[in-house]
Amino acid sequence: MSSAETTRAPFDLAVLFKAAFLAVIAVFVLVPLLATLLGGFKSLGELRVNPFGWPTHWEWQNYADILFSARYWQLLRNSLIISTLTVTLTLIVASMAAFTFAHVRFFGSSMLLSYLTLGLLFPAATAVLPLFIRVRDLGLLDTYFGVALPQVAFSLAMSVLLLRRFFKDIPYELLEAALVDGCSYIKFFRYVTLPLSRPILATVGTITFVNSWNAYLLPLVMLNTDALYPWPLGIMIYQGEYSSEWHLILAFITLTILPTIILFLLAQKHIVAGLTAGAVKG
Amino acid sequence: MGVAGETAPQALRGPSWDGRFTVLILFLPPALLLFTLFVVLPIGEAAWYSAFNWNGFGKPTNWIGFDNYRFVLETRAFWLALRNNGLIIAVSLAIQLPLALTLALMLAERFRGAVALRMLFFMPYILAEIATGLIFSFVYDGDYGLVASIWRTFGAEPLHLLASTDTAMLAVLIVIVWKYFGFHMMLFIAALQGLDKSLIEAARIDGATRSQALRHVVIPLLYPTIRLSVFFAIVGSLQLFDLVMPLTRGGPADSSNTMVSFLYNNGISRMRVGYGSAIGVILFVICVTFAFTYKRWFMRDE
Repeated sequence: MSSAETTRAPFDLAVLFKAAFLAVIAVFVLVPLLATLLGGFKSLGELRVNPFGWPTHWEWQNYADILFSARYWQLLRNSLIISTLTVTLTLIVASMAAFTFAHVRFFGSSMLLSYLTLGLLFPAATAVLPLFIRVRDLGLLDTYFGVALPQVAFSLAMSVLLLRRFFKDIPYELLEAALVDGCSYIKFFRYVTLPLSRPILATVGTITFVNSWNAYLLPLVMLNTDALYPWPLGIMIYQGEYSSEWHLILAFITLTILPTIILFLLAQKHIVAGLTAGAVKG
Repeated sequence: MGVAGETAPQALRGPSWDGRFTVLILFLPPALLLFTLFVVLPIGEAAWYSAFNWNGFGKPTNWIGFDNYRFVLETRAFWLALRNNGLIIAVSLAIQLPLALTLALMLAERFRGAVALRMLFFMPYILAEIATGLIFSFVYDGDYGLVASIWRTFGAEPLHLLASTDTAMLAVLIVIVWKYFGFHMMLFIAALQGLDKSLIEAARIDGATRSQALRHVVIPLLYPTIRLSVFFAIVGSLQLFDLVMPLTRGGPADSSNTMVSFLYNNGISRMRVGYGSAIGVILFVICVTFAFTYKRWFMRDE
């Protein structure tokens, strides 16, 4: 609202009420997260009598055991491979398609674009059984690609839309001039469009990465070998093995969500930009 | 390309295929192929497989027509799952979105800590559903969890929220609000920041109070975003799965299944391909019908 309203009386009841409301919500959000982090520093016995509070004795060993286990790093490695594959392929395939839709006029262009954007409506879960059979028949079951390729396919609709809108803003005269000078479409794409589009590529890349990094259903269906599991699968298995040893499970959860939180803090601009850009118009 | 003497736009639109052809055959097929192969065809195949009693091996031969749909619709657990999806939608619309809107109105203004609070409230959305579910299965744990310890300080017998058919779904609903309100808040904040401030100031100059300006100017200006938020909330609610698995796996006694966890528990984990595909098709029809109706009725102007 207008800046005049920021000067207020020192004991404004409305302000006080507002602050209290925000504090309650902040506690609601923070307590489960803090309890997870701190719970990893407690012994199982202490957790039972003191799940909320500060640890009386810091059990660094819980975290150390996980950090020195091969299993933890293997899960992160698998997640990293699948997510990187997904992001790279999505960016390449989606930006090529988006460029064509933005700058090349051809018969059926708008029809094909609508076809692709129908993908926004399709929930991945509805088709997961036939998808499993397709991936199996292609011999991709139990491979990183078996997870990554469907993820790319499902992220295409949103990615192409976001990229196309950005590409369209690159002045048309630029393309005209380049073509007259004998530059090809492909060279223009490679040396003008892509370098100019770093912000939107970062946005699409980050969103795709987070989705892939957190994904559960597709890896669950497509992977059978523990050694290939990404962390959401691995952590479910870990939880099953250590069923009530909550101190270890909490330490494990903390260490697996840490990369997500770091990524978020580094890339929050891109994440929020992508959400709102994607949301403003479908 | 290079049609000498012509102006460039004509050259681009001209009858010759020039460089466009190369781009078309190189740049479009990968996207179209992946999309068709992994998104469109599987949905069509789901419809096909749903007519068979098939375990996924060999070729489907045991044609049973619409029986799988009948089996699904005769299962009480399916209707429970459908009801739960309805509950999730209701909570999203009645609690989550108003909360998000209220917070957005508070945090769109500039004051110390506003940005930090925005980030904090958005944080749960970034976490994986699996991690969120596990965190809350600790929170709800009857022996070690936070809820149990609160209960004990009041001298009551600790209760196992996730293990009781009466409370499991309620517990899941609370986690859903925790996880997703920040996403909607961010959408609203982005919309508020894009509003034309002069309209609000004009209303204030004309004598509207703060709350009048809010009710008659700001909220109506937010309608497109609110409609979009409702759309996301409903489509998201219909597809909820990852969050349920670590919390309850749909149990106890199917009391907290969603349609997708029902699909997983009955179709995928037992490889009943026909039966599972029928559930998938039902979910698909619900989602698409909803999306088209909603777009037609509420988002026509966009």
